[in-house]
Amino acid sequence: MPVDLDAPYTLDPQVSLRPERFGALAYHFGNRKLSFLKHPDLVAVVESLDGTGSLRASLVAVGVDERRWPTFVTALNTLEASEMICIRSERPEVDGARA
Amino acid sequence: MDTAIENPPTDAAATDLLEPAEAAVTTDDLVVEELLVEEVSIDGMCGVY
Amino acid sequence: MPAPDSLLAPQPPTATRPLVEEFRSGLDAPICLTWEITYACNLACVHCLSSSGRRDPRELTTAQAKDVIDELERLQVFYVNIGGGEPMLRTDFFEIVDHAVDHHVGVKFSTNGTYIDDAAAERLASMDYLDIQVSLDGADATVNDLVRGEGSHAAAMAAMERLARADFGPFKISLVVTRHNVDQLGEFKRIADDFGAQLRVTRLRPSGRGADSWHDLHPTQDQQRQLYHWLIDRPDVLTGDSFFHLSALGDPLPGLNLCGAGRVVCLIDPVGDVYACPFVIHDEFRAGNVLDPGGFTDVWRRSELFTSLREPESPGACASCGSYDACQGGCMASKFFVGLDLTDPDPECVKGAAEPLLAAIANGGSTGLIPTPSLDHSRPGVPVPAPVRLRRK
Repeated sequence: MPVDLDAPYTLDPQVSLRPERFGALAYHFGNRKLSFLKHPDLVAVVESLDGTGSLRASLVAVGVDERRWPTFVTALNTLEASEMICIRSERPEVDGARA
Repeated sequence: MDTAIENPPTDAAATDLLEPAEAAVTTDDLVVEELLVEEVSIDGMCGVY
Repeated sequence: MPAPDSLLAPQPPTATRPLVEEFRSGLDAPICLTWEITYACNLACVHCLSSSGRRDPRELTTAQAKDVIDELERLQVFYVNIGGGEPMLRTDFFEIVDHAVDHHVGVKFSTNGTYIDDAAAERLASMDYLDIQVSLDGADATVNDLVRGEGSHAAAMAAMERLARADFGPFKISLVVTRHNVDQLGEFKRIADDFGAQLRVTRLRPSGRGADSWHDLHPTQDQQRQLYHWLIDRPDVLTGDSFFHLSALGDPLPGLNLCGAGRVVCLIDPVGDVYACPFVIHDEFRAGNVLDPGGFTDVWRRSELFTSLREPESPGACASCGSYDACQGGCMASKFFVGLDLTDPDPECVKGAAEPLLAAIANGGSTGLIPTPSLDHSRPGVPVPAPVRLRRK
């Protein structure tokens, strides 16, 4: 499902995000999918998700130029499709498997 | 997106004297990025049985 | 709307490198790794890459094993493939596996299935972040037991049936492709489909005990082509990127098509020695030991061996071949244990580039040049499977 720029998102608690020099690795312990986030700005957006009210707000907070947003939305759609990021419920999170 | 960015990056001003293709590359660099997420199978790495 | 001076964003967009290039130069931690937790084994497979059989008295203790897991957790190694020998022969097997999955290290373990009784199947089914890979090298006992020993096919099938009864969910069936089972690929797929399991096929290397039977067991060139086309048609069959040397035949097979040894994966053996991969258990490819002062982290990041593996490779003898980009010159383990140089073509090079070199080795009687495994935990006097010669139909 394509991401909703105005919804609040979170990194799935079953995902381990591991910084690398080129960006980050993200591994989902539940579905065993492995994704490469190939730019530090994308990593910054993902890391900022819990602290902002929407994807749009995260993109702005990280300072991503709006002309790059289509590329970022494509990336976020991919992460959503592999269940790495999901819409955040506003109830308190139960502690998951995330390191 | 509600507002378009009207002014090109300052670099572009200096590229007015360059070939149009070079100026286009400078602006396009900002916008046209490759795929930022690449998926790979964790079962697809040689050296683990 | 961002202010003008942030138009270029905190970091300018850069042309991202292909993934495989990032991997080639190595990462700060493995993505996953193989961990052989014991050399003890109840079987004596002809081709065992770790020459397993007898437990090594220097085996890591339970506490040391847990320390390894804790270090892998800190490094964010995502999962370990626990093997052996037969890993379930360790009395602390469940303790180790529980510790891993409780500490953010996923587990897949490779087993011959002998010790998966109903109780074990139930326990395994109740665990999360745990995957099982059952070894099977023949779709029937005739082909399988020739390599793995009498009764081993039945034991593996019984284990899988118990896992199914316990509702374990999808598991993996792993076969080493040999001259004798290539014609059974379809049957293997059916067995896997019947169980709702994933089929994984993996390459036979002349490693461990495999050195003795490799010349008789490895698939022929025709069979390699047969396998390649079968795999191309079935992207759902896993290979562990084991056959990247076959990518020279046409479109690349799914996977990284890259040797991951010392770059994104490695082996930790039962005594804590760290090798580039499970197919090169030999001093030449030993990087250090997890009990060394800097632990596994230091071995991974700073050992001479791994540092050199992460340097750009030269194509060597393959420089003039148009397929080098596809096959990377093949597998260093395969080259090493048949007596080839690491800059030589792969012994199973699809273009036959290694044939003259292999013939010279065979004719020159150069047994002195063929490396033997540094460790041999084979059990003497244990009935080994019959000589590997099947009547061709």
